[in-house]
Amino acid sequence: MAFSPEDLKIMDSIIKRYPRPRSAIMPLLHFVQSKAGYVTNEGIELIAKQLELEAAEVTAVSTFYTQYKPSAIGEYHVGVCTNTLCAVMGGDAIFASLKDHLGIENDGVTEDGKVSLEHIECNAACDYAPVVMANWEFYDNQTVESAKELVDSMRAGNPKPPTRGPNKLVTWKEASAVLAGLNDGLAHEGVQAGQPTLLGLKLSKEGK
Amino acid sequence: MTKLAPVLSAHWDEKDSFTLEAYKRHGGYKASEKALAMDPDAVIQLVKDSGLRGRGGAGFPTGMKWGFIPQGDNKDHYLVVNADESEPGTCKDTPLLMANPHVLIEGCIIACHAIRAKHAFIYIRGEVTHVVRRVNQAIADAYAAEILGKGVDVVLHIGAGAYICGEETALLDSLEGFRGQPRLRPPFPAIAGLYARPTVVNNVESISSVPAIVMNGAEWYQSMGTEKSKGTTLYSLSGHVVNPGQFEAPLGITLREILELAGGVRKGHKLKFWTPGGSSTPLFTDEHLDVPLDYEGVAAAGSMLGTKALQIFDETTCVVRAVLRWTEFYKHESCGKCTPCREGTWWLVQILRDLEAGKGTEADLAKLLDLCDNIMGRSFCALGDGATSPITSSIKYFRDEYIAHLTNGGCPFDPVASTLFVGAGA
Amino acid sequence: MSDVAVEMITVVIDGFEVTVPKGTLVIRAAEQLGIQIPRFCDHPLLDPVGACRQCLVDIEINGRAFPKPQASCTIPVETGMIVKTQLTSTVAEKAQRGVMELLLVNHPLDCPVCDKGGECPLQNQAMSTGQGSSRFEGVKRTFEKPINISSQVLLDRERCVLCARCTRFSEQIASDPFITLNERGALQQVGIYENKPFESYFSGNTVQICPVGALTGAAYRFRARPFDLVSTPSACEHCASGCDMRTDVRRGKTLRRLAGEDATVNEEWNCDKGRWAFKYITAADRLKVPMIRNESGELVEASWPEALAVAAEGLKAQKSAVLVGGRATHEDAYGYSKFARLALGTNDIDFRARVTSDEEREFIAAHVVNSSTTYRDIDKADQVLLVGFEPEEESPIVFLRINKQFRKRALKVISIGSKESIAVEKLKAQFIKVAPGQEAAAVSSQNLTDKSVILVGERASESAGLLTAVAALAQSSDAKLAWVPRRAGERGAIQAGAIGNLLPGGRPVSDATARNEIAALWSVNSLPSNIGRSTSEIIAAVHSDEIGALLVGGVDPLDLDDNHSALAALDKAFVVSLEIAPSEVTSRADVVLPVAAVAEKSGSFLNWEGRARSFDAAVNDSLNRSDLRILSMIAEEMGTSINLGTVTAATKEIATIKDWQGERSKMRSVSALAQPNLSTNEALITSWRRLLDLGTLQEGEENLAGTARQTVAVISEKRAQALGVADGDLLKISTAEGFVTLPALIENIHDDALWAPRNSRGSQLLTKLNAVHGEVVTVVRA
Repeated sequence: MAFSPEDLKIMDSIIKRYPRPRSAIMPLLHFVQSKAGYVTNEGIELIAKQLELEAAEVTAVSTFYTQYKPSAIGEYHVGVCTNTLCAVMGGDAIFASLKDHLGIENDGVTEDGKVSLEHIECNAACDYAPVVMANWEFYDNQTVESAKELVDSMRAGNPKPPTRGPNKLVTWKEASAVLAGLNDGLAHEGVQAGQPTLLGLKLSKEGK
Repeated sequence: MTKLAPVLSAHWDEKDSFTLEAYKRHGGYKASEKALAMDPDAVIQLVKDSGLRGRGGAGFPTGMKWGFIPQGDNKDHYLVVNADESEPGTCKDTPLLMANPHVLIEGCIIACHAIRAKHAFIYIRGEVTHVVRRVNQAIADAYAAEILGKGVDVVLHIGAGAYICGEETALLDSLEGFRGQPRLRPPFPAIAGLYARPTVVNNVESISSVPAIVMNGAEWYQSMGTEKSKGTTLYSLSGHVVNPGQFEAPLGITLREILELAGGVRKGHKLKFWTPGGSSTPLFTDEHLDVPLDYEGVAAAGSMLGTKALQIFDETTCVVRAVLRWTEFYKHESCGKCTPCREGTWWLVQILRDLEAGKGTEADLAKLLDLCDNIMGRSFCALGDGATSPITSSIKYFRDEYIAHLTNGGCPFDPVASTLFVGAGA
Repeated sequence: MSDVAVEMITVVIDGFEVTVPKGTLVIRAAEQLGIQIPRFCDHPLLDPVGACRQCLVDIEINGRAFPKPQASCTIPVETGMIVKTQLTSTVAEKAQRGVMELLLVNHPLDCPVCDKGGECPLQNQAMSTGQGSSRFEGVKRTFEKPINISSQVLLDRERCVLCARCTRFSEQIASDPFITLNERGALQQVGIYENKPFESYFSGNTVQICPVGALTGAAYRFRARPFDLVSTPSACEHCASGCDMRTDVRRGKTLRRLAGEDATVNEEWNCDKGRWAFKYITAADRLKVPMIRNESGELVEASWPEALAVAAEGLKAQKSAVLVGGRATHEDAYGYSKFARLALGTNDIDFRARVTSDEEREFIAAHVVNSSTTYRDIDKADQVLLVGFEPEEESPIVFLRINKQFRKRALKVISIGSKESIAVEKLKAQFIKVAPGQEAAAVSSQNLTDKSVILVGERASESAGLLTAVAALAQSSDAKLAWVPRRAGERGAIQAGAIGNLLPGGRPVSDATARNEIAALWSVNSLPSNIGRSTSEIIAAVHSDEIGALLVGGVDPLDLDDNHSALAALDKAFVVSLEIAPSEVTSRADVVLPVAAVAEKSGSFLNWEGRARSFDAAVNDSLNRSDLRILSMIAEEMGTSINLGTVTAATKEIATIKDWQGERSKMRSVSALAQPNLSTNEALITSWRRLLDLGTLQEGEENLAGTARQTVAVISEKRAQALGVADGDLLKISTAEGFVTLPALIENIHDDALWAPRNSRGSQLLTKLNAVHGEVVTVVRA
């Protein structure tokens, strides 16, 4: 794919956020993913050109961070937390069943290109364990069954909404644009907090 | 009397708590007005007097950190907020930013004023799309309301999956567009941080605590907590408990007290081990239920308060499996820069996998501990040290369980028993 | 000599006091005491990184101990510091053993098939600091082995200990960050961007500083064991930078060359040409026996006495002149110089086998002779002005030195030229863009100080009036001036008087006292007093029958402008050729006398600073003789003695010659030419030789050639639009003499200019176009 003049303008505006251009390398890589789905060579070379870097320097950065993908992944990228707490509480079982259900391994993509699967590390939602992320949106308190239903809904083209997130799950590319710092206007959607987040406050108000 | 003291979390239960309107409804941005009218040094003194200490894990006094920034040096200064919350078990900054991003922005304005910075960066981890939206929108709204852009600019920088970027110098390298690997110190960030300029790096919760301190005064803040650990903080309870969640309480509360509030360990089970402050802090057991959860109390008991991430595991949990999984995490997140952490975590995983599978001998435990000794204090940064904590502490408390794996020829635990949906037909 | 007094600090290491300058790292203070702390990532010329953790020691300062061992490669000494290394601290000792064990966990231990075996810091330190046996029972990390990261450099990631020396060198020293650390954690690995190989002119240094066998050079791979090599300190013959080198020979065959250490010149670095272009020494077609042309016009082998007799007779029979290329050693150039004056009785000698001018010859006599500008002046300069000089291409170590100061203190660099070069970009230099031939005015408008350095290249002779302007600027500003030729022998040839207007020691031929001094030294009554002919004048004189014989040593006539005329002169004259290999000269010569290559003889070069770079023969059993020995024999045969039977004799004699203290000859001003009018399809050509090109000393080095920069014709955006071409479209560039066809590259170049490499594959401008700088060429879409 080619980057349009409009894309280049956006990239320029990302660079302008920072006192020094090189700082923009990470949001630019997210932006490349929002257009190409993963970090393409074209994207690397474009970033290198814009930041006056060698392509090797961009590669060095893109391969350091696990959210930058070296090849195409699903429209919905599903991450199952298998760090200790989530794993013990069901994450391992969820991950195993999703692999089986989707017929793919870790880092695999379904043939229809809809869903990819990755076991992920702690995603800072331990009070909602076991946690599943899709395009880095929260799906809290999952079970094997709920996770299967989730990926089935994705493959059917009508993904279930996140538990703490916008009213509708956005695609991988759309989420990548958000991670490039672009505003998709959905910040006001969804809850302000889930029940565990509010537990202490609630108990306090009850005088406990 | 209530043990809890919601300050940061006081208004999270309002549906629109994340909006500028809601924030202002409860006096939002009054603290920054007040602070901007103060001499910067007075703001630093106020924060020093409050006793606020870093909530990212190390507990360094926040006011003192601000005081290290050279004044009158005619250089740009920077504030960098560490919102790269990734330590296993830690889940406080993420809900805070989802529910009330404006308190962080107001904290940034005050801190920038104090350290004479015009630029703040919020480095948020990239795996939380909706939190990114909320913070980005809050920044946009603050600009639209001319709260930002008149003396202080805030830039949201979004990470891309690297635990090591929670280490402040790795975070700075990452923010400058490099691989997120820790830097040599000295120079310390206060002298040469972002772009080699004087820089303060603070945790989200630390900076978010500042507006209330400015509004209510140091004495008010001092009145909460313990002798050397002042104020309130977010304790994040997770795992095998009836009601997990966030509990904002004065420092010094005990796990026993929090568990009582949360309805205790899940029905029919008992506490086996827990982390006081994330996976890098040595494990505690039911012996430690009454340890005051402040910086000194936890340290005296042999661990660290860390991020106050209280991960609770009951007796259905295999400690070897738990430790292996954390070790795999450290191996995955080791940046690769230094030998002990890069090669050591890689080797630790292999030994632990064998042990969990019941392969090996008791001599392997000695090897494991010696290997930890060769990593601890030998690595470039604290990641390597943290990797050894669960191993050494678990062998200290549960040596017999390791040996049981060997005599049993494998893990004696049923993994289904520890799941949340056990008995639900999973 | 330092400008400020350095504060000294005394510390105690393992119970011994040592006093070192403030800022010294603990690891180096220990070296002062002979205490070797093991290390991998540490390198004195790279920024400390503290990555490998092999050098951990215990430290206390004023009674306060660090809670954990510290990396001695990152900590500067402090007053009151007490250091305990592995020799006196069990903690440090265990820490080091622990790190070594971890380094070996994933190392393949394939020393028996590794080039580094026998000279490997990992191997050595595993012996000193490692365990006898491994406790590791798991599965080692594996990678595909080895992978080419350029045609010359191979990477074995399994052997790599991730010390980041190579990546730091590439970034910090060469400013070529084409290799980087990629991936993370245990998967971290050195790598390139997949579409851009490690094609840095300095890539070989990474092979040399790799502390394991992870980076190897294709040229040396599997060729030898270090303990089978005989190493000889040597000097690089490829350019005038003057690198200290080491030549490794096994059974008479040069197998490897390494950068030597000389803090004042090349530090510890060299360029890839110096490192990897040496096959010419062992080329199959090396000349081994003398040849003479028989009556039927064929070159046939002859005995030495026979060949010397024919040579002597031919040179004696007619007026003769000497052409000696810019690659002769100082001693050999001295031999040619003395031979011309004594045996041939002429000042018709010129070492300049390239495009030159009379203006340049006068500039040399007035400003290059006895010039004392050095690398150190670059270190101290407030700004450096580059004129007709591309340091990265034409004197790579000069580039590294400028780059070092640029990175260290943002040294201001100004470059006057027509095309912005890669080096100009890397140095963030102020690029003053002028049309080819119009440089003089730009030079005149510079404001320099007495702290500035002007580095002017040999190509300045290609623009009339440019050297005049440079000399005037140096005089008015008091800036330091240095002339940096490309070839290794040029500065020595000047000192030796191998040019028509100078005698040895910088003595003007025109000065009677100068002539008398040298005549006395050489024990003759007088020396010829007229200014000798230049290279082009000598060739013209052959055509006009004023000169009948030529003594030619190490000249490629294709390096001259009007090379058709030069070849015709060689055809016409009686030619005695001293050469190492067949060439356009030997094929036309009447007598061919084989001579020694640099590696086969001793001698010295004077680098651009005028600093002697002496070397011994690396190949000891060569039968080849140095030029001056053969010249001595011809002279004897002619009945004149030049008394230079050995290099030692020449060195001794040269040492007695003091630099000329009298007045230097003046330089006559030359005016710049007006810029010619150009039609739409015309451009002014400009060019330089790239470091890696078709140079004869690089012949046969295919791996090296694979890393050369692409051959392109550079035009401006404006011209590209006018021609309707994009990058990669072919351009036909022609003159009355011929044409070349090259892919276009649109870059920052003067709109009137077209740049192409001077001597690269497909772009041999001298032979194809007879145009290299400032001439009008026609440019059209091919």
